[in-house]
Amino acid sequence: MLRFLLQKLALIVPTVIGISLAAFAFVRLLPGDPILAMAGERGVSPERYAELVVRFGYDKSYIVQYFNYIGNVLSGDFGISIATKRPVLGEFQALFPATLELATVALIIAVLIGIPAGIFAAVKRGSWFDQATMGVALTGYSMPIFWWGLLLIIFFSGYLGWTPVSGRIGLQYFFKPVTGFMLIDSLLSGKPGAFTSAFSHLILPSIVLATIPLAVIARQTRSAMLEVLGEDYVRTARAKGLAPRRVIGLHAFRNALIPVVTTIGLQVGTLMAGAILTETIFSWPGIGKWMIDAIGKRDYVVVQSGLLIIALIVMAVNLIVDVLYAVINPRIRVQ
Amino acid sequence: MNKKLTFAAALLAATVMGGMANAKQLVYCSEASPAGFDPSPWSGGNDFDASSRTIYSRLVEFEHGKTTISPGLAESWTVSDDGLEYTFKLKSGVKFQTTDYFTPTRDLTADDVIFSFERQWKKENPWFEYLPGTGWEYFAGMGFPDLLKEVVKVDDLTVKFVLNKPEVAFLPDLGMDFASIVSKEYADQLEKAGTKEQFTQKPIGTGPFQFVDYQVDAVIRYQAWDGYFGGRQKIDDLIFAITPDPAVRAQKLKAGECDIMSYPAPADIAGLQADTNLKVDEQEGLNIGYMAYNTTQAPFDKVEVRKALNMAVNKQAIIDAVYQGAGQVAVNPIPPTMWSYNTSIKDDEYNPDAAKKMLEEAGVKDLSMKIWAMPVSRPYNPNAQRVAELIQADYAKIGVKAEIVSYEWTEYRERGKAKDRDGAFQLGWTGDNGDPDNFLFLLGCDAIGQSNYAIWCNQEFQDLLLKGKATTDVAERTKIYEEAQVVFKREAPWLTIAHSKVFMPMNKKVSGFVMDPLGIHRFDGVDVTE
Repeated sequence: MLRFLLQKLALIVPTVIGISLAAFAFVRLLPGDPILAMAGERGVSPERYAELVVRFGYDKSYIVQYFNYIGNVLSGDFGISIATKRPVLGEFQALFPATLELATVALIIAVLIGIPAGIFAAVKRGSWFDQATMGVALTGYSMPIFWWGLLLIIFFSGYLGWTPVSGRIGLQYFFKPVTGFMLIDSLLSGKPGAFTSAFSHLILPSIVLATIPLAVIARQTRSAMLEVLGEDYVRTARAKGLAPRRVIGLHAFRNALIPVVTTIGLQVGTLMAGAILTETIFSWPGIGKWMIDAIGKRDYVVVQSGLLIIALIVMAVNLIVDVLYAVINPRIRVQ
Repeated sequence: MNKKLTFAAALLAATVMGGMANAKQLVYCSEASPAGFDPSPWSGGNDFDASSRTIYSRLVEFEHGKTTISPGLAESWTVSDDGLEYTFKLKSGVKFQTTDYFTPTRDLTADDVIFSFERQWKKENPWFEYLPGTGWEYFAGMGFPDLLKEVVKVDDLTVKFVLNKPEVAFLPDLGMDFASIVSKEYADQLEKAGTKEQFTQKPIGTGPFQFVDYQVDAVIRYQAWDGYFGGRQKIDDLIFAITPDPAVRAQKLKAGECDIMSYPAPADIAGLQADTNLKVDEQEGLNIGYMAYNTTQAPFDKVEVRKALNMAVNKQAIIDAVYQGAGQVAVNPIPPTMWSYNTSIKDDEYNPDAAKKMLEEAGVKDLSMKIWAMPVSRPYNPNAQRVAELIQADYAKIGVKAEIVSYEWTEYRERGKAKDRDGAFQLGWTGDNGDPDNFLFLLGCDAIGQSNYAIWCNQEFQDLLLKGKATTDVAERTKIYEEAQVVFKREAPWLTIAHSKVFMPMNKKVSGFVMDPLGIHRFDGVDVTE
C-alpha cells in the first residue's frame, strides 16, 4: 500500500509543474494588460506605467518571471493581488471554506440521490421510473447553470418566498467566523435562528451546483449496475436463492462501485467549475467568484496562484479516490 | 406533507426574521466588492461608494444631487487674484471616528490635509507605496502632480494650496473621492506598529458612517458615526450586500432582502416599477456615449465625410432598441444637465439620401470602414455591439460597408489610441466633478494619445478650452463653452450617440435618498420608516 501511495505521489510532481506552467502561460496568453486593468478607465501616464511594469517585474523575460514565481511559491509566498493588494493565500483562505461548504453539500446531495436513483433505474430497467430518471438526468446535465439558478430564485424565492435569494446567512446575524463554514459557525454563535438561516441560504445554490454531478452519477451508476447485473456471479447468486436486496446490495453494487467512485472523484473538478457560475448568481463569497473577478481584472498573481492551489486540491482529492479504489478493490494495489 | 409544510414555515420564518432588527438599518444591494477602503488608490464607483462617500469627508463637498460645491471640512476659503493660491479654513472640532481599533487623541488639523495629498504625490512619502504598486491613478489623472506646487500649513486649522498654474476646476476637483481626507495620526500609529496595510482594511475617516466589518465579497457593515460633524445619521446600521448579478439584485429588492439597489438591468425596470412596495427614481445621467472618427485618416479627415456619416445614423432607433427608451439622443459633447450646455445647437438631421449625396460630393465611393464595439456594458452605452450593428445597417443604406471589431477591454482602449487606427471608435464618458471642462478636455490637443480617440486637434477649439480654464467668471465661461460646442458640432469629430438615464429602485419605506448626477451612491440623510 505504501509503494502504491509513493507511486501516486511521484506522479503528482510533474503534474504540478505542468499545471504551474499552464497557469502561468494561460493568464499571459489572455489579451489585456494587468497594469492598465488596474489603472481603470481613467488610464495611467506612460511614465507611471513604465514604473509599475518594473515594480511588478513584468519587464523581465517570461522565464525569469516563471522561476521567480515558482521560487516564491515554494517558500510559501503566493504573491499579492495586483487589484486588491491583499496576499493571495489570505484571500484564498478566507474564501475557500464557503466554496468547500457549498461543494460538499452539493456532492452529498448528488451522491445521496444519484446513486439510489441509478441503482433503481438499473434494477427496473426499461420501466417508467428508469426512463423518467434518465430523462431528468439528461435534462439536468444539459441545463445551463446560470439559467437554472435564476429560475429557482424566481420561483422559490421570488414567487413562493420559501428561500432567501442570495448570500450565506441573514444579514441580522453578525458574528466573527471561526471555521469559515457557515453551518458550523452559526451553531457556534449560539444565536437562535442562525443555523436555520444559514441552512436555508444553502438550499438553492447547493441544488444548482449538485444538478450536473447528480445527473452524471445517476447515469454512471445505472450503466455500471447494468453491466454487473448481467455477470455470471450475479446470476449464480440469484440461482442460490439469495434475497434480491442482498444480490443487488452486496454482490452487484460493491462491484459496480469502482467506476462510480471514479466518477464522483472527477465531479470535484466539475464542482469547482460549476462553483464559478453558482457563486456569481447566488452572491456566494467563494473562490469561483474570486477567480472570475481576477480573470476580468487580469490579476496575473491571483489567477496563476489561484489556479495552482485549486489544481493541488483537485489532485489531492483524486489521490484520495485512488486510495479508495485500492481499499474497495485489492487487485488495484497489486497491479 | 406536514413535514414539508413545517420545513417551508421554518424557512419562511427565517426569511421574515431577516427584516426584524432593533436598530434602524438600511441594506444596499451593491454591484461589486471594493478593492479596499482607502478612498484614493482605486477608481471604481463601487470603491468610492464603499469608502469615500460613507467613511470619509473632503474639504468641499458636492451638494446633494447637484454638481455645485459647498463647504465640507473647510468652513470657508479664499482664492488669490492670480488664481494660484487657495487658502482653506478648516472647521474646528471635527472628530475622526473612534472604533475598536483606533481612538483618536486629537481633532482634524491641517496636518491631516497635507498628509492626504502628499501620500499620493511625493514619492519620498513613506505612504506613497504602502500598497505594492499603488498608482494613485485618479490623483495623477486629474493632473495634480503637475498642478500642485506645495500644500502649506498656515496654522492648525488653516491650510494653503499653491498651484503651478490657474485651474478653474480646482475646487470641484477637491470634492472628488481621491481628495478625501484621511487621518495622519492613524497612519502614524500603523506605521509604528508595522501594519500599514490595515489603513485600507480598517479605515478611519470623518464621514457619516464608521466601518464595522467586511466579509470579503459578501457583506460590508457600517454604523452611524455619533461624532459626525454634520450630525448623526437617522439610520443606525448601513449594510452593503454585495450582489454582482443585476437580476438577482432585483429579486432581492422584491423579496425585501435589501432596501435599495444599484444599476438595474434595463429589462427589469418595468417589473420593478410595477411592484407596489417599490419606487424607482430616475435621473438623466451626467454622461455621453459617442463614436469617435479618426480625424487624421482619410476620408475621415474631411468634415463633409464625418457629417455625412453622422446624418446616416438613426439615433432614435438606437435609443429605442439599445437603451430601451432610458436615454436621449445626444447633440453636444456635454449632457443637457450640465451648465453651459448650448441649447441653440441643432443635431445633424437623419437623412440617408442627403448623406449619400454628401459622400458622393466629397468624392468618396465604395467606402469600407471599421466600427469598434466596446466589449463591456457601461451606463453610457449598455450594448456597444448592438449599437454597432444598427449603425452598420444604417451605413449600408448609403453604400458604406462597415466591419465590426472588438477586443478585450484594456486592449480595446489601447488600440483605440493608435494614430493610424482604422475606423470609428465607440466609447463614452461619465463626469467626475460637474465641470464642462471635465467633458470637453476629452477633445483637447493635449489629450491625443490618452482620451482623445478622435485624434482631433482643432486650434479654435483648443484656444477656447484654454480660455475657459483660465477664466473664473461662470457667465464668461458659459459663453466660451457654448462657443466650443458650436465648433465641435461644425467639425463633427464624434457621432454623439446618447445620454443615458440612470435608475435607482428602492423600497417605499426608504426616504431621503437623493440620486447623484455624478453616479455616486450616498447614504447620508437617508431614513427608513419601520
